[in-house]
Amino acid sequence: MSVLSVTNLQKNFGKLKVLKDISFQINDGEIVTIIGSSGSGKSTLLRCMNQLEKVTKGTIEINGHTLVSMNGDTPEYASKEVQKKILMETGFVFQNFNLFPHYSVLRNVMEAPVQVAGIPKEEAREKAFGLLRKLGLEEKADAYPCELSGGQSQRVSIARALALEPKILFFDEPTSALDPELTGEVLKVIKSLADLNMTMVIVTHEMAFAKEISDRVIFMDQGVIVEDAAPEDVFNSANERTREFLGKYHDIA
Amino acid sequence: MIDSIIQWFEKLPGIADMLLHNGLDQTLIIFFLTLVFGLTLGLVLALGRMTRFKIIQLPVRFYLLIMRGTPLILQLYGFYFGLNLLLGIRIERTMAAVVAFSLNYAAYFAEIYRSGIQAIPNGQYEAAKVLGFSKAQTFFKIILPQVVKIILPPMGSECMTLVKDTSLAHVIGVMEIYVVAANNMSRSRGMEYLIVAGIFYLIMNMIVSKVFGILEKRMSYYR
Repeated sequence: MSVLSVTNLQKNFGKLKVLKDISFQINDGEIVTIIGSSGSGKSTLLRCMNQLEKVTKGTIEINGHTLVSMNGDTPEYASKEVQKKILMETGFVFQNFNLFPHYSVLRNVMEAPVQVAGIPKEEAREKAFGLLRKLGLEEKADAYPCELSGGQSQRVSIARALALEPKILFFDEPTSALDPELTGEVLKVIKSLADLNMTMVIVTHEMAFAKEISDRVIFMDQGVIVEDAAPEDVFNSANERTREFLGKYHDIA
Repeated sequence: MIDSIIQWFEKLPGIADMLLHNGLDQTLIIFFLTLVFGLTLGLVLALGRMTRFKIIQLPVRFYLLIMRGTPLILQLYGFYFGLNLLLGIRIERTMAAVVAFSLNYAAYFAEIYRSGIQAIPNGQYEAAKVLGFSKAQTFFKIILPQVVKIILPPMGSECMTLVKDTSLAHVIGVMEIYVVAANNMSRSRGMEYLIVAGIFYLIMNMIVSKVFGILEKRMSYYR
């Protein structure tokens, strides 16, 4: 069953065409990584699906809601209520964490459930603690983001994204801002979510990780999807552009 | 010689007591009411200055230019006598001073707010957005608390200036500390009154400085 479907998506920044006619679907429980060089449009694609950018053209459907559809030649967005509903049913993890620095770790995680979903404080606190425990952060509940390492910060931001119990989780280069030795702990957490059957869309430069965790790999280049296939097919592809890109990474087994 | 110095110092407590009962209340009324109204109006002006709607932004920019670009003393005169001469409206002097001060200081506060708001990284707005926060929730829960921390130092400075600027209210006949001291000085032909008035301003600003120090410390739990 498809939980995310993107059809003929285009995104221009002024005259620059960043996304050119992108279409794909993601099924319930699937883990899809999006790879490609910088400027290929993968982050923009993720941001379009999470309402951080407005599409120039195209249709996006998430969890049975239509976020944007085409009305003739112009994109038409869903009502504010539907937009918010979609945001609550999806989680987004940023490259730079973007934790709220003035809130404790616990409050970072419970703020959206309380403010946005209207869950009673006590219940939200319990759940937030549960999430922090699961991610090995329970001693950090009262700490502030400035007291955390990069790896801990990213785990907190994953906990924050999970707090609204999203059906789909998006990761925008979750380890790119981390020292190599901290990357592992974040990747481990993401893998542990895979075991929970969470649908995940991950933009990453970690090729070994992509190969290991993905059900499918999408390779993007210059605003188009070049390949959309099982990891072994993409990593052994005969396509010249794919081979050239993957050739820059030495860590692929 | 020694006797005359001692005599001079002995006059000071009496003068302080006199100023405490004549003038200090006017100074404090102007100071606190200007803070309340100025900080509120300033926030509204800051938002108006930053909106992309030109129909709001341009008048606000014009307002900020006039208020910051002309002397406060002219604005006091203009507000008090102008209203009277042009429209025949007569308001109580202290209230006129409070309104004129608030209108003026709001312009400076607005720019301080704006500097703070623009210092917040875009990622904070984006993080709030993907979690489903509304625009109002994002501003009041996520942005504003962080802005307060950033703008405390310049706000403290501005408040110290306000303490001293209250002395300008005498030009429209408000009997605040400075003018009371100055009137008495010309009668007594000595510096004592002005020195005591100066000490009053200094003490008020030591308190302002202390209060802001405490606030900054309370906000220092995060970076």
